[in-house]
Amino acid sequence: MSDFLLELRCEEIPARMQAGARAELQKLFAREMDAAGVSVGEVQVWSTPRRLALIAKDLPLATEAVREEAKGPPVGAPDAAVDGFCNKNGVTRDQLEERDVKGRATWFAVIEKPGRATSEVLAAAIPAIIRDFSWPKSMRWGAASLSTESIKWVRPLSGIVALLGDELVACEVGGIASGPATRGHRFHASGEIAIANAGDYAAKLHAAHVIVDHEERQDIIREGAAKAAADAGLTLVADEGLVIENAGLTEWPVPLLGRFDEGFLDVPPEVIQLTARVNQKYFVCEDAQGKLANAFVCTANIVASDGGAAIVDGNRKVLAARLSDARFFWELDQKTPLAVHAEKLARITFHEKLGTVADKVERVAKLARWLVESDIVKPTSVRPEPVEGPSSLSEDKGGASTSSARADIAELADLAEQAARLCKADLVTEMVGEFPELQGLMGGYYAEKEGLPQEVADAIRHHYKPVGQGDEVPTAPVTVAVSLADKLDTLVGFFIVGEAPTGSKDPYALRRAVLAVIAIIRTGLRANLANLVGVAAQPILDKWLAGSPEHLAHAKIYARDFEWSPKKQAEARDIAEHTRGAVAFPRQMFFAGLADIADFFADRLKVQQREAGVRHDLIDAVFALGGEDDLVRLLARVHALQSFMATEDGTNLLAGYKRAANILKKEDWHGIEGEIAHTGEEDPLALVDDPDMKAVIAAKMTERHAAELSYTPEKAEKALIDALDAAEPKAAAAIEAEDFGAAMAALASLRAPIDAFFEEVTVNDTSAAKRSSRLDLLARFRVAVHNVADFSRIEG
Amino acid sequence: MMAETARNPQTSFQDMILTLHDFWSRNGCLILQPYDMRMGAGTFHPATTLRALGPEPWNAAFVQPCRRPTDGRYGENPNRLQHYYQYQVILKPSPPNIQELYLESLKLIGIDPLAHDIRFVEDDWESPTLGAWGLGWEVWCDGMEVTQFTYFQQMGGFDCKPVAGELTYGLERLAMYIQGVDNVYDLNFNTPSSSEAVGQQAGRGVSYGDVFLENEKQMSKWNFEVADTAALFDLFEKAESECKLSLENNVPIAAYEQAIEASHVFNLLQARGVISVQERASYMGRVRDLARGSCEKYAEKLMPEWQAKYPEWSL
Repeated sequence: MSDFLLELRCEEIPARMQAGARAELQKLFAREMDAAGVSVGEVQVWSTPRRLALIAKDLPLATEAVREEAKGPPVGAPDAAVDGFCNKNGVTRDQLEERDVKGRATWFAVIEKPGRATSEVLAAAIPAIIRDFSWPKSMRWGAASLSTESIKWVRPLSGIVALLGDELVACEVGGIASGPATRGHRFHASGEIAIANAGDYAAKLHAAHVIVDHEERQDIIREGAAKAAADAGLTLVADEGLVIENAGLTEWPVPLLGRFDEGFLDVPPEVIQLTARVNQKYFVCEDAQGKLANAFVCTANIVASDGGAAIVDGNRKVLAARLSDARFFWELDQKTPLAVHAEKLARITFHEKLGTVADKVERVAKLARWLVESDIVKPTSVRPEPVEGPSSLSEDKGGASTSSARADIAELADLAEQAARLCKADLVTEMVGEFPELQGLMGGYYAEKEGLPQEVADAIRHHYKPVGQGDEVPTAPVTVAVSLADKLDTLVGFFIVGEAPTGSKDPYALRRAVLAVIAIIRTGLRANLANLVGVAAQPILDKWLAGSPEHLAHAKIYARDFEWSPKKQAEARDIAEHTRGAVAFPRQMFFAGLADIADFFADRLKVQQREAGVRHDLIDAVFALGGEDDLVRLLARVHALQSFMATEDGTNLLAGYKRAANILKKEDWHGIEGEIAHTGEEDPLALVDDPDMKAVIAAKMTERHAAELSYTPEKAEKALIDALDAAEPKAAAAIEAEDFGAAMAALASLRAPIDAFFEEVTVNDTSAAKRSSRLDLLARFRVAVHNVADFSRIEG
Repeated sequence: MMAETARNPQTSFQDMILTLHDFWSRNGCLILQPYDMRMGAGTFHPATTLRALGPEPWNAAFVQPCRRPTDGRYGENPNRLQHYYQYQVILKPSPPNIQELYLESLKLIGIDPLAHDIRFVEDDWESPTLGAWGLGWEVWCDGMEVTQFTYFQQMGGFDCKPVAGELTYGLERLAMYIQGVDNVYDLNFNTPSSSEAVGQQAGRGVSYGDVFLENEKQMSKWNFEVADTAALFDLFEKAESECKLSLENNVPIAAYEQAIEASHVFNLLQARGVISVQERASYMGRVRDLARGSCEKYAEKLMPEWQAKYPEWSL
């Protein structure tokens, strides 16, 4: 048994690629060893900017000999078949053995695979690993690149160390031969460093100022940076991404603290932190009060002869130049009011078919106002305290919630429209041009500096929220109005012009937008989603169908009155299908988009609920009811169902339901539902579960209940009728009041009677009247259950 | 060697350049002079672009003045200029010790790698205009980018066979660093105590500001405010048609010059703010077509010569 060391040296590997490269090296090494049948003990992979290293423990010195037999064609088979068999197995004809297989003479090839020296296996494996290595980007170099066939690597490959035990594994790839010597730190070590074996590799490199273990370098940076800050009486702002990146940029990391001019602290802290992190890869520090301090920590790659003074001073100057650029932008941007910046949005295309950003802003402003005026976004949010972003400034200025509470609807509508008109203005500021990730935030700062109402500044700052799962969801009314309006406009716009996501392609991040809309509405907004979509669609249609005024009016009314039901969706898709053709193209997109957007919401909501741990069949059971476009109500129903199904009543009721449904299915009994005609004059698109039919079915039900039974019901039969008589109105009232827990409880009261009914009553009675009444009773029970959820979708 | 020891790259901008010239000359480079046309980067110099094509070795170093009209700040910004110098080294094929050579050149101009933190930070290069891309780094000295280091992989849409290594030193930045000044205009252009100096400059140093401050003021004003935009649009059209004419007549070097011209005129139009966002893409596409067309024609024209010397070689 021996340990194996492989080191691949090259010019500086980008920091971001090193983790992937380690995994790739480990994977390819395992592939090669598996293929050759070499058993491998523990494998360790390391990286620095200038090398990848792998140490594999306990390799055998040779692989075991293997004897394999292969059965071939029968003796006497055509020559072609026998030759083919020989070729496949790498034997000659005279090496074949004749054996008896069930009385038939058959050729056999016996392949002796002798054991191979592991060093030989490795010598072949190393070039294969290098040639097959997959980098995010790779390149050719040097004289060999006269041909494009020359090897590729992330940057020029310069050396290979390959040692099995104390022995060199001799190999060569792309003109680079393996050797027993490596190189140390670029500046702290010179000449070759002889390595004896895997055991002394890390220590020899350490002596040559290279810490080959990337995790060790990360620890040094993490702890060293924190200590440098603490020594200056400050706290480091932890940033694991920076730790890893700096470890990928150094072989001998030395964190150093420097100071910058305090005057730069006038610039917003986010800007300073971003400049330091993105451009310079520095950490920043906070003082005891948690405010950003005028200090940075850079990570040098040398132990400087002067202790680092020159390095710190150089870095300070670079940061100062960056910060003076940032301060220049900060001051320059403030010289122009946001409203004037906003005028320039007319020059930026939002989307070829949806106009400029200014057009979008105009739509969002009107929609935000409408959201307030139609009482969807109310002056006081459901939660008393608005949850705002991480900015400490917004808290200091306070008053957002109290002043909103004072504001009446008209005032709120004005604020929402004002904020919406300014919310994209910062896109044309110098600062956001330099740091796009500061969009929103800078607008918020500039609005404050301009003295705009705090609610407006907060709305501008936070209107992109939530930008992903786990991000804060705005609840301050002005912010909610702008954020919701912005996202609805984006969603509806792209769907209407035929830019809905397909497969994994979602270039406009519409999945994120719909999740954001769902999250905002779930904070307690009561809104009909179909209605929101219909209203958001109006101004988009004005532009989209401007070329065909004859269709515009109809499309606008259609969008306004659209409902989220399978029937309406099918109808819209049908219209889309029939309006194909060049002239009608935009119209077709509109109808299809309108139908698709409802499914898109439902799909994302299902995914989201599943991820939140709700059983997918329970989600389906509620979604299958259809016709629900109030998210809050829909989710309340899902959650009530989830609780109910966790109880014994729930599981037993489900068992009773399944039994009833099975009998009805077996008897092909559609009950009262089946009596509703679905032919001829009716809309051919109407479905059995059509919510439109509910009222008709209910009327039929009442009529039927009133009719006296033609026979005396059995005790358990009577008990079920009574129980249904009692439970139906209770459940209906509870649903009306959106108390789904109570509706489930009303259903639970049916559990004992339905169990007893199955126990004591024969459904398939010889009397046709009894049989029919009892099947109707089961159908009635099924309908009662369906008022709460479609139990047929529930598993178990 | 007498002359060399008299040079002081740590106190004189011109000595820094001369030191680099000496070093790269010693290491086998032709020392070329700047190209006599206005261009945005040393990469545009035909000694880089066109010579990156084809199989023949090519090693050259030169200073190239660069003009970036939109970077003008009327001489008021301490480190932003509309006219500055790049020191360009092209080594084809890229030698195995290219990084070591580069680091040695830094030492010679006064950067001690045990006192200053030198780093190679990923920065790939792509020029859609030239149909070119490469992988490499920006070289940091104490956090400041002082050099762009690129291995050309494609030029003019063709694979580079062999690959050239390109080093682009930002001369003013390096000099500011080495001389320890915060304002570019405070750089010493020459060594103040140069006793050999003759005539009116004897005994007095000349600063970068003495040479270029007035130039920056006037040129910033011209770039942003004065230049006749109608004339510039006209120049663009003329350069474009001249380029096409040259291509038709199989003189691709002349065509390439017109592509450089069109590119610079486009930059001037940008500085004058008369090209809308939509038009911008279209103008860039036109420049790209000219540059690529020139590279293609150049490769096509020289192909027989290249193949005569390298029979195995193909584009």
